[in-house]
Amino acid sequence: MKRSSWKEYQKEIADDRYYYARSCIRQNFFPGSEAAFLDIMRNDLGKDVLDDPLHTSCTGIGYHSDIVPLETIMTVVARQFALMTAAGYENFTSSCITSFGIYTEILETWHEFPETEARTRENLFKATGREFRIPRNIAHTSDVIFHNREQIAARMVHPLMNVETGAPLKGVEHIGCHYAKIFPKSGIGGSEFPYVLAGMIEAWGGEVVDYPERRHCCGFGFRNYLVQANRGYSVANSQKKFASMAPYRPDFIVCNCPGCAMFLDKWQYTIAEMEGVTYGPNGRGIPVITYEEMAGLVLGYDPWQLGMQMHQVDVEPLLDKMGVKYDPDAKYLGNNGKLIGKPEQAVVNCCSQERTYEVRQ
Amino acid sequence: MSKKVIIVGGGAAGMKCASTLRTQGVEVLLVERDRTLGGKLNGWHKLFPTLTPAGEVLDALKREVAASGAEVMTGTEVERIAANGVTVNGGRELKADAVVVCSGFDLFDARIKEEYGYGIYDNVYTTVDIERMLNEGRVALADGSAPRRIAFLHCVGSRDEKVGQRHCSRVCCITGVKQAMEMKELFPQAEVYNFYMDIRMFGPGYEEMYREAQQKYNVNFIRGRISEASPTFDGRLQIKAEDTLVGRPLKMSVDMLVLIVGMRPGCSNGRFACTEGVNLAPNGFVSPLNPFAGNVRSGAASIFYAGTVTAPKNIGESMNEGVAAAMSVVEYLNAR
Repeated sequence: MKRSSWKEYQKEIADDRYYYARSCIRQNFFPGSEAAFLDIMRNDLGKDVLDDPLHTSCTGIGYHSDIVPLETIMTVVARQFALMTAAGYENFTSSCITSFGIYTEILETWHEFPETEARTRENLFKATGREFRIPRNIAHTSDVIFHNREQIAARMVHPLMNVETGAPLKGVEHIGCHYAKIFPKSGIGGSEFPYVLAGMIEAWGGEVVDYPERRHCCGFGFRNYLVQANRGYSVANSQKKFASMAPYRPDFIVCNCPGCAMFLDKWQYTIAEMEGVTYGPNGRGIPVITYEEMAGLVLGYDPWQLGMQMHQVDVEPLLDKMGVKYDPDAKYLGNNGKLIGKPEQAVVNCCSQERTYEVRQ
Repeated sequence: MSKKVIIVGGGAAGMKCASTLRTQGVEVLLVERDRTLGGKLNGWHKLFPTLTPAGEVLDALKREVAASGAEVMTGTEVERIAANGVTVNGGRELKADAVVVCSGFDLFDARIKEEYGYGIYDNVYTTVDIERMLNEGRVALADGSAPRRIAFLHCVGSRDEKVGQRHCSRVCCITGVKQAMEMKELFPQAEVYNFYMDIRMFGPGYEEMYREAQQKYNVNFIRGRISEASPTFDGRLQIKAEDTLVGRPLKMSVDMLVLIVGMRPGCSNGRFACTEGVNLAPNGFVSPLNPFAGNVRSGAASIFYAGTVTAPKNIGESMNEGVAAAMSVVEYLNAR
């Protein structure tokens, strides 16, 4: 594929001094990712990132589930900006794709309809006495990592290459609907050929897999998942993607969005249980990682410090290919050395399926 | 009569206008941006609905212009128009008693509809590419093989607010039908699908051609727009659409995807509209003085229009407007 159109979609990404907004759900499912972002930015790259304990959820999940009104979420977002302003920062970066979509949508709304911004300012002041400035720069944290991908490459310990064969590892990148499908201009590479994760993979020695259902939603879709009766629809969307990518034999899936990473990881387990089908080699699932975890592995971080023991699909096959050293016995030991609990062997990892996905040669 | 008229653009409308003006004894300077006359006609293979070779029509027009004695200036771009002449590239001013703007249209750049992968995936073509390949005598996939399944997508860059192209380009529907039939002629075993949102067969013989495509050529027409194209593992293209007649989503693999590109306003329209009396319609085409009695006239008495500078038209309509504009110019010059 002549994938060059991403170059037409460029955006300004601040170089330093970020106000960091966390995700609501990431710390539960991929608990090391946000910590890894802070470590990489501060310790490896020497950047100033403020992790402010005063900030809250953007309430995006509630907004997309129709239980948080637009006026409310605009005021919550305004409060985040007010905290950033009060802390003396101008560059806002969010960990969550849905939050990023919320911020870009609200900023665009305020731009198009200034009266809504004025009303939000009034609401915020009445409720909290706070005032805010519009961020000078707004970026998703993957944008920030993308912006620094060459500096990370310069410190690379484990490139995205098979240590035995020297071949680039094949990565499926999944961007998440709210990154650039709302406003193509807000994402690196636009919405059709996003490059934010692809750029990282390529910069760190890997190869991007382009497969037919690359653009397809992971199936989270909020109501698809939050309404229990709709969950089959959510699984079906993920299944479509797995079936489409499997023939390319990807070594890993890297996700931009907290929800996507969770669903592409956990639905593999669900499908293995329901259908007896797995999509990776040897009857296993395809490891799903976040871009912070990918950056952390490349930089030589310990996979268990990155929280990768919390993944549903075991990441060891990927670690082995990259030549990452890890202690299997330490996998379920917490920071204090105590066992955090070891899960039962999952069917998606134990190669015992009756039927595995028929990978084309 | 020793009056001089400058015609801006040497496509079908401009050439016909030039030869008609010469029959009325008017001195004509035909200014063309490209190195040869003919405009887009140079790129077409056969014209709908008669499948007349485009070269036949073009040669006849060229012969008419040559025989008429009209002065032709090719490789010259008109930068500005005025009531008393034009300014060409390099700043040279050319004086005239009247100006006829026949600067035509631009083709929609299919790369803007990124979701179809034109210029990114192999075997995604536009109708213009197909005409070129037909002219070259070889239509094939990138690997040289024959396509087994071909999909045409109508309205790429027409009636599409997302890309700022709200207007209907009119001639694309019949172009898609014509090329679908041509593909079946070339590859009788191939399945051919046309994805459309409406089929607008406005011209004489068009509806008949549409029917023939279905009954004789077995071309499949599916009412639904393709949402995206992606490459498949075996080097084909996967397309997704909704068949809106049966109300179901559809996914299929094809070997060739042809984007039926629409017509967009000429890139020179904007700078021509700096002239008093020359106005643009909201869609960017030049707006004639009156859509009924004055559709070749501008707001300036000595500036006239013909062809697709004012709206999408077919070749015959453009040539007719060339004649109509010529006669309006003569009427204007005689009244001075």
